[in-house]
Amino acid sequence: MSALAGLTQALASGAVRVVDLTHTLDPDFPVIVLPPEFGQCARFRIEEISAYDERGPAWKWHNISMGEHTGTHFDAPSHWISGRDVPNGAVDEIDPGVFVGPVVVIDCSAGAAQDDDYELTPKIIEAWEAEHGRIPAGSWVLLRTDWSKRSGAEYLNLRDDGAHSPGPTPEAIQLLVHDRDIRGFGTETVGTDAGQGGHYTPPYPAHFTLHGAGKYGLQCLRNLDQLPPTGAVLLAAPLKIKGGTGSPLRVMALIEN
Amino acid sequence: MPTPASPTTRSRPRQSYEGVALVAPASVPYQRYSTQTAHWWIARALRMALDAAGLRSGDLDGLSMASFTLFPDTAVGLTQHLGLSPRWLDHIPMGGAAGIVALRRAARAVQSGDADIVACVAGDTNHIDSFRQLLSSFSRFQADAAYPYGYGGPNANFALLTDRYMHEYGATREDFGRIAVSQRDNALRNPNALMKKPLSLQQYLDARPIADPIALFDCVMPCAGAEAFLVMTVDEAERRNLPYATLEAAIERHNANPDDPIQLRGGWTVDADQLYQMADCTPQDIDLLQTYDDYPVISMMQIEDLGFCAKGKAAQFVRDHDLTIDGDFPHNTSGGQLSAGQAGAAGGFLGLVEAIRQVTGTAGPTQVPGARRAMVSGFGMINYDRGLCSGAAILKGNGP
Amino acid sequence: MTTPLRPPPKKNPERRTLSPTIPPQARSRAAMGLTAAAAEGRFAMQVCGECGAVLYPARDACNKCLSVELSWQDVDPRGELLAETTVRTSTNLYFRERAPWRAGTVRLDAGPIIICHIHGDVPPRARVVMTNRLDRAGQGVLLAMPETPAPDMEDDPQLRAMTSDPKLRRVLIVDGRSDNAPAIAKALHKAGATTIFVGEAEGWRPNPHRAALQAVPGVQVLPLDVTDSASIRELAGEIGGKVDILINNARFIRPGGVLARGDTAFAQQEFDVNVMGLMRLAQAFGPGMCARTADGVNSAVAWVNILSAYALVNMPEFGSFAASQAAALSLGQSLRGEFRDSGLRVMHVFVGPTEDDWHQPLPPPKVAPGSLANDLVKGLQAGLEDVYCGDVAKELVARFRAGPKVLEREMTMGGRS
Repeated sequence: MSALAGLTQALASGAVRVVDLTHTLDPDFPVIVLPPEFGQCARFRIEEISAYDERGPAWKWHNISMGEHTGTHFDAPSHWISGRDVPNGAVDEIDPGVFVGPVVVIDCSAGAAQDDDYELTPKIIEAWEAEHGRIPAGSWVLLRTDWSKRSGAEYLNLRDDGAHSPGPTPEAIQLLVHDRDIRGFGTETVGTDAGQGGHYTPPYPAHFTLHGAGKYGLQCLRNLDQLPPTGAVLLAAPLKIKGGTGSPLRVMALIEN
Repeated sequence: MPTPASPTTRSRPRQSYEGVALVAPASVPYQRYSTQTAHWWIARALRMALDAAGLRSGDLDGLSMASFTLFPDTAVGLTQHLGLSPRWLDHIPMGGAAGIVALRRAARAVQSGDADIVACVAGDTNHIDSFRQLLSSFSRFQADAAYPYGYGGPNANFALLTDRYMHEYGATREDFGRIAVSQRDNALRNPNALMKKPLSLQQYLDARPIADPIALFDCVMPCAGAEAFLVMTVDEAERRNLPYATLEAAIERHNANPDDPIQLRGGWTVDADQLYQMADCTPQDIDLLQTYDDYPVISMMQIEDLGFCAKGKAAQFVRDHDLTIDGDFPHNTSGGQLSAGQAGAAGGFLGLVEAIRQVTGTAGPTQVPGARRAMVSGFGMINYDRGLCSGAAILKGNGP
Repeated sequence: MTTPLRPPPKKNPERRTLSPTIPPQARSRAAMGLTAAAAEGRFAMQVCGECGAVLYPARDACNKCLSVELSWQDVDPRGELLAETTVRTSTNLYFRERAPWRAGTVRLDAGPIIICHIHGDVPPRARVVMTNRLDRAGQGVLLAMPETPAPDMEDDPQLRAMTSDPKLRRVLIVDGRSDNAPAIAKALHKAGATTIFVGEAEGWRPNPHRAALQAVPGVQVLPLDVTDSASIRELAGEIGGKVDILINNARFIRPGGVLARGDTAFAQQEFDVNVMGLMRLAQAFGPGMCARTADGVNSAVAWVNILSAYALVNMPEFGSFAASQAAALSLGQSLRGEFRDSGLRVMHVFVGPTEDDWHQPLPPPKVAPGSLANDLVKGLQAGLEDVYCGDVAKELVARFRAGPKVLEREMTMGGRS
């Protein structure tokens, strides 16, 4: 039996299950907030074109609009200045093989529940590896914080000094990128960086380091609590936008029951 | 009689209307509402007048027409509609003054030979809602500056005038009531009058208020109807053996006394002396008076301005006189518009046509004994805050 | 004396809401001068340029000297009530439903005789002060007011039929994140508004004005984002039948014209909030408000758009924003046409630069939220269509009327000649 035939059989039998890691595209879903003098990421918007009515008697459809970085989305290397010269750094140029691959999940939900500014540090990664083995090269690494279970103002958690949400330290992301050569890094929060990530050196270390090295980002993920620490396969294919720096997408994981 | 103010010093005497005869008074019985058109009503009045004179439509060479509801036609369209080929044609958009004005012009046309036989006709239909539609397109000043203020129509206009008249001259609602009640008495003798029930002064006073101080019986009832008469030479009338009235005098005046803040007098004040001068008579010589009675206060104004009493004294005058057919001052003998009905432009003909009947002794049940000299007065066209057109005529006939 | 209005009882759900009707609206072009003056609350009459006669009703030629040089000028509004009537029945539905209606004849000290509405507190044959107001047909009409103010005189039914008074009405302030929202809410409460709904976009972001808003009695903060059709529809579904006055204060503004920005991102947001937002709001709330303009004490009366005075002429320093304001003004004019048959009034409040982050680099004078709120509420109480708030807006409209091309040139030269 071929590998794919085995996979389809496993999917049919329920031995392999698909987990949806995506938030619904909803006009009221938060997006990252920048100082107002900067351009802003467009919110998801949906306008009816017709609904089986005088505007189109037998059909219903909508026009939608949004930013590349709205909702559950993919960051390409060209999103960040550090990745502007990376070959094939735009979403339409990326080898589609990248969009399917192994994924590991580092569970920091307990720490994040205690501390809004909880940091993923090299020490935590090493402790995780001590239990689950070294992170394989070419893996997606997802940071589970259960942040996706928050809603409303709690999600961005904006205060006068900005957002407060967990993320990796510069050292942690450098460890993952340079020493483990991961494929990309994903989070449940609105960005791959911590809410206060602008105050690290370099600022926004996940963006800076990942994209500078040609790696990818995923954010606004959910259902990470349904994934095993290792052994799952991630499917994350952004829209093929010419020169696009990212894209909303449907992120799914295959897990073995 | 008060001396009226004259805006100009007149150097030339008015020419007499000698040799002009008014014949064939015709009234098409009024209807509250009609499904017919103004064309239909006018045709019937015309035919009735011609029949009375033993003429056919081809015998007419002049036509004077007044109507509010003939739209989109005018007198011009009416000639083709009715198959007339007049050599003299007039259209008189003057409402309550239309009869007097039509008569003055037709008389001069006949006198000068511009026409031999002129039919003067006025008629309007009254559909459900046509009064409301008529109001909405009456005049620019009305639309701009009167209707937006409660849209009481003429009722509200005349209410303001009545309010001020009562305040200035001490007239009471009972005084106005006397006019309405006596006209109802007259109407009961006119089989064509729309109002068939007697009206008591108490009923008048108790009536539903419409626009204070105007109440229901101060208001005319809009209806459909038509009136007509013919103007020809006296020779022609006599040759045809038709009873006729002569025109002793006639006046008209428009937008008189424009600086009066509220209209408490009409244009008659300017010209009434000449009217009597021309007719060589005085108010005492008038056997009956037909006023334009869109509201009792307007009849009072005419009684004053035409010299039957001093200004502001009409209330006392109506207290002192009996205005019914058999009274000492017969007034609006057919019941007037208040009790016969207000048939649009035909309302401006009502008193005139009745006066021709009276002085020719053909008024039948409403006949005033010994009626030989009648005064007819017209008043029309509220344009903003007042009626702009006024006119009057003195007719003479051989009587009953 | 006017009987003070009482809060209306809850609606009887078995009774049909009265259909809107309007007073007669046909006017000659000349007569519209009265309407133009009434839109901003001025009492004006035609004055003959040759003989100085004050004319009324509006004419195309002087009835004293036949000159055609006539212009509308503010004149002394005092006069004397000569006669009056109370109209108890009318063939016009609007007045029929509102009878009895008091009307009268006033001789203006300046000369003309005026048929007018009469406030209930004017005694018979008294001295009066004339005011020029918009009726529910949106046309200028003259109302005689008592010489001295009387208690509760704003509650006179004839006067109230011509105003957009917030007293005992329910108001929606669209954008609770706007710097002017708390001041507007406070002013409305002071003016007697019973419920003040305040929309708030993006509840997932803190709103620095929320506490101040919630401190105002009657305020209810509800989710509303003018760029999100679904959010507007949802709120209209919930409260659309209870909004008597809608105040669209949503605004997106950034500095810059066309070239300074180099992209269309902010422009899109400006047009999405300032223009499309207005359109979305009107589509969701407009029909319901139009259906409720005859709904008793708390009938729907007014739709308010707060606009920049630079809607009249572009200010290149905020060129793209000004373009969005011109578009919003134009849409508001369309709404005036579309709302016409219902009598729902569109009031535009034109403001100059406001005290906020985006106008921080501009020199004073700037409009503070309190003055804006004050002028807005006064405009509603007077039933105006156009309010010019602050010295800059007032000066700008004066210059606009004096010569739009000259003003345009001056604006392109930095606002000065």
